[in-house]
Amino acid sequence: MKVLVGVKRVIDYNVNIRVRADGSGVETENVRMSANPFDEIALEEAVRMKEAGICSELIAVTVGDEASQEVLRSALAMGADRAIRIHAEASPQPLNVAALLAALAREEAVDLVLLGKQAIDDDANQTGQMTAALLGWPQGTFASELTIEDGRARVAREIDGGQQTVELELPAVITADLRLNEPRFVKLPAMMKAKKRPIEERTPEALGVDMRPRVERVEVSEPVPREAGVRVADVDELLHKLRNEAGVI
Amino acid sequence: MTNTVLVVAETAGDSLAASTLVTLTAARELGGAIDVLVAGAQTGSAAESLASMADIRCVRVAEAPHLAGALAEDLAAVVAAHVGEYSHVLAPATTFGKNLLPRVAALADIQMVSDVISIRDAETFVHPIYAGNANETLRVLEPHKLLTIRPTAFAKEAVAGGEARVEPVEAGKPQGRSREIDLQLDESDRPQLESAGVVVSGGRAFGSPEKFRLLEELAAGLNAAVGASRAAVDAGYAPNDCQVGQTGKVVAPELYIAVGISGAIQHLAGMTGSKVIVAINKDPDAPIFGVADYGLVGDLFEILPELRDKIRVLRGEPDSQLAEA
Ligand SMILES: Cc1cc2nc3c(=O)[nH]c(=O)nc-3n(C[C@H](O)[C@H](O)[C@H](O)COP(=O)(O)OP(=O)(O)OC[C@H]3O[C@@H](n4cnc5c(N)ncnc54)[C@H](O)[C@@H]3O)c2cc1C
Ligand SMILES: Nc1ncnc2c1ncn2[C@@H]1O[C@H](COP(=O)(O)O)[C@@H](O)[C@H]1O
Repeated sequence: MKVLVGVKRVIDYNVNIRVRADGSGVETENVRMSANPFDEIALEEAVRMKEAGICSELIAVTVGDEASQEVLRSALAMGADRAIRIHAEASPQPLNVAALLAALAREEAVDLVLLGKQAIDDDANQTGQMTAALLGWPQGTFASELTIEDGRARVAREIDGGQQTVELELPAVITADLRLNEPRFVKLPAMMKAKKRPIEERTPEALGVDMRPRVERVEVSEPVPREAGVRVADVDELLHKLRNEAGVI
Repeated sequence: MTNTVLVVAETAGDSLAASTLVTLTAARELGGAIDVLVAGAQTGSAAESLASMADIRCVRVAEAPHLAGALAEDLAAVVAAHVGEYSHVLAPATTFGKNLLPRVAALADIQMVSDVISIRDAETFVHPIYAGNANETLRVLEPHKLLTIRPTAFAKEAVAGGEARVEPVEAGKPQGRSREIDLQLDESDRPQLESAGVVVSGGRAFGSPEKFRLLEELAAGLNAAVGASRAAVDAGYAPNDCQVGQTGKVVAPELYIAVGISGAIQHLAGMTGSKVIVAINKDPDAPIFGVADYGLVGDLFEILPELRDKIRVLRGEPDSQLAEA
């Protein structure tokens, strides 16, 4: 089975982001970047499939600028067989990314596309569902458990109010939720080796995808901050305030 | 041009989910005609309650047995067939809507907007990015605007007094490549996290599922829903769908009490819309205090039992429970 995993380079989840004063976006200069955490989970799942002999070839793909090669290096170090960068600006829109992933999935004749459930920069939570639609494949979103057997994927999905289990015929698109697994740490020697491996380059034109933006950013602003209130000394004071000041109990 | 809005209804069992009411509020803000699409295996009572609500022109009903599992593959085809007739198509930003609407959008070749918190005008929408640390305003250039609506950002009101037409529409055929094989719904008698007036959430500090019971007892006394940080869910103290935050649920109750939660940005993303926030944490520098209206520094294992008991007294519950505690 051939598996394609999408990895996006985003601002590291530990960074406190800063909105640019001119409202044009979020400051990315000199900010620590890393692979989207959900994509590391997707990648880990695929690596485990390789180790279990279910996956014969694991391809990591990123859509982005030159700097996004970095996340492909760590994907290679983690266990990807090949790495592909599709040229684009830093943060392309989900439908465009989905069109690229769908085109690549067809070209490479993969059996499974594994993505994160959301990118923690745009928080869109769209790309997997869109990729599945464009391919006409079934989708298993927000996966917290995944087993592959007899050309089918069994996916436990985290949904509001509980858990739904679905069975999908492959090929399919699956998006990883936080509890699917815990990604391994990449060891330094593996990282050094990955530096020497080739990264394949593709362009949207070659894949026949039109990258015209469909929505326009008007501005990015800081939400009204919530102000810290007061410290209370003990339970009695807390209850007094909740009852008489806030009126919530 | 006047707007024509289609709301994709979410149902719970065969009745209407609260998230649909919120989405209707957003639809009213857009103005113009509002139609609602209900798709499922048994739509009767949901369609009926929608038909009696104000401002709805028409309730479109797609009913077929294969729509029972609410699979996006089947539903998206049904919804996509209607997109062309509407200026806007709205669904709630719940796991139902998040699973479905992007699939509809791609079928219709449209870039949608997720998690809308404010509608500026018919083509300009605000939504949070970076775990709510920034708000992005987008102008949508598409001929049809597809949006998921963040439930905490709009009022949940059932406005009665309408007589909408109910019309059956094409329910499509099963695509046959995916099926639901199991559904486990949490059957707690606590109020729902999304709609509770009070939410008490616990974090890693509890240390074990048994000790997490302390939080549940507090919740019982306050008739509150139970929430949790990711760390608490990962550790198995609380079920998955209790997670509050960037990747869990967004809640905005009247009162949110965070106990033994540090206040990572991913957690704050899910609860800073609450009216009043209380934080209980033994670390005076925990970031959660930065957003709390009332902060109490101390050991939760001392504070919670006292809080639970005093709340029972305040609420006038029998002494027997006090003695037992
Ligand atoms: C991609 C991604 C998405 C995420 N999404 C979410 C999300 O949706 N929701 C979420 O919550 N997290 C999310 N996280 C995780 C988040 O970053 C934090 O790791 C998590 O919120 C920490 O949980 P916690 O506060 O319970 O644990 P900790 O950070 O370990 O905090 C425990 C707190 O308890 C206090 N404490 C310890 N003992 C006591 C005691 N006896 N009495 C009182 N206080 C005590 C400590 O002082 C500390 O502040 C996400 C992370 C990533 C990478
Ligand atoms: N630029 C990108 N390159 C590679 N994968 C991406 C990219 N953007 C999104 N994805 C994949 O799609 C998932 C969901 O992203 P989003 O829809 O933007 O929240 C991510 O977790 C990635 O797996």
